[in-house]
Amino acid sequence: MSMKFRIFKNIFKQGFQGMWRNRGMGLASVTSITAVLIILGLVLVMILSINNVVTEAKNKFDEIQIFLEDDISTEELNKIEDTIKENEEVLSVVYQSKNQALDIMKEDWKEDAYLLEGLEENPLPNSFIVKVKDIEYSDLIVDKVSGLKGIEDIVYYQDIIQKLVLFAKYIRLGGLIIIGILVAISVFIISNTIKITVSARKNEINIMKYVGATNGYIRGPFIIEGVLFGLMGAILSVLIVNYGYEYFFNAVNDRLYVLFTVYLVPPTSLVKDISIIFTSIGMGIGALGSLVSLKRFLNV
Amino acid sequence: MIRLINISKEYKNGVKALSNINLSIKKGEFVFLVGPSGAGKSTLIKLILKEEEPTGGKIFLNDKEITKVRNRRIPHIRRGVGTVFQDFRLLPNKTVYENVSFAMEIIGAPPKEINRRVPDVLSMVGLSEKAYCYPSELSGGEHQRVAISRAIVNNPPVLIADEPTGNLDPDTSWDIMDVLLDINRRGTTVLMATHAKEIVDIMKKRVIAIEAGKIVRDEQRGVYEHEVSNI
Repeated sequence: MSMKFRIFKNIFKQGFQGMWRNRGMGLASVTSITAVLIILGLVLVMILSINNVVTEAKNKFDEIQIFLEDDISTEELNKIEDTIKENEEVLSVVYQSKNQALDIMKEDWKEDAYLLEGLEENPLPNSFIVKVKDIEYSDLIVDKVSGLKGIEDIVYYQDIIQKLVLFAKYIRLGGLIIIGILVAISVFIISNTIKITVSARKNEINIMKYVGATNGYIRGPFIIEGVLFGLMGAILSVLIVNYGYEYFFNAVNDRLYVLFTVYLVPPTSLVKDISIIFTSIGMGIGALGSLVSLKRFLNV
Repeated sequence: MIRLINISKEYKNGVKALSNINLSIKKGEFVFLVGPSGAGKSTLIKLILKEEEPTGGKIFLNDKEITKVRNRRIPHIRRGVGTVFQDFRLLPNKTVYENVSFAMEIIGAPPKEINRRVPDVLSMVGLSEKAYCYPSELSGGEHQRVAISRAIVNNPPVLIADEPTGNLDPDTSWDIMDVLLDINRRGTTVLMATHAKEIVDIMKKRVIAIEAGKIVRDEQRGVYEHEVSNI
């Protein structure tokens, strides 16, 4: 056994001892870390789901529908189509006749479609359905087309999408701020817990210093104690978030709110990420808390 | 072994604890540091132990300059100096043996060496039979012997004792002095700050007297204070 290894072993032993002696306050620390991480988990699930919704929405609503007047001339029709196609940002242009539009409507309405049978004349207009590379380009295309003759109306969803993107951004920001505050609180609680061990061992630390113990040797056990509390909090919260979310997800799915669950992150893809994130944050909080409480002691 | 050149120390609150201290202690010497409370004895010891930084001058310990060193080096410097205090500073929840072996553990000594060295040191101070007692079961003199064992277990070339007999009755004090003398005879340099006039006067060792932050006397085979001469 080398000297370094023996020293390392001593530090570990003392770290575990400290954790055990301090188990009352330790419970408070573990609980606070667990709570922070669970909230972090909720925020994460929320952010990921909203991201999903935004991406889905972007894909679904990336079209511009240009409705045409009924008495449009072929020339005007060609002019409009050419103007649209000139743009690089356009992926495709599809002409939808009023009859096709009615068929689609009948399909959508399903059993209520008989209501449409009674119509003497098809009230729906002909239209172009334009797909753009990104919803953000739609203004550009609308600007170019809107001056042309023969257009009745132009419908697109840029506003909604933009609001959605903005909303997602705020959620993300808000979530991060909440997590930041909670992490700070946890660091504070941990540092207080460690301070109890430190002051219980104040004499020992002083003697250690006089006999020539390095700062690392003195700090080591406390950092290990803090990290162990953090690790326990992480394990607990991974279990709670993982099983809790799985339960929630299945419950929602079982009641056939499939519409809703397609936007939720599937639990299976969450476990690995959450384990990694929670473990590192939990241990980080523990180590940081110990360092904070030790700072005062290290300068003698 | 210990050399201070033009050392001065002024604390941040403006108190001048030491000014222009020059002293040199050779290997194997036994030196008393005497003076009234607040004269600067403790500050001097703190400077050697790197608890405080001097405001001026140079300090050499074990032939190395330690005036300005990185914090990382301080523990290694302290391993070269054993320290004994008036209040013993033992760990109450550890046995005598553990209190001593602890000093070896923190520097990562091999268990074999610890098992050999600790009983040696304990027998040297006459505590072999109390190895598995806790401090609460010991007398004041025995406390101090444990502290001395801990101070010398890693074989430091210098032993600093800050009023080691301050809390002990005269008889016990002499026992402790015998132990310190014994350690000194084995080659360890000993610097002892004390108020014990009787001990200093009888031992006839080198005496360095400090008053108001200055060395006022430094003599071989000295006494605690000069008698007021009769005219």
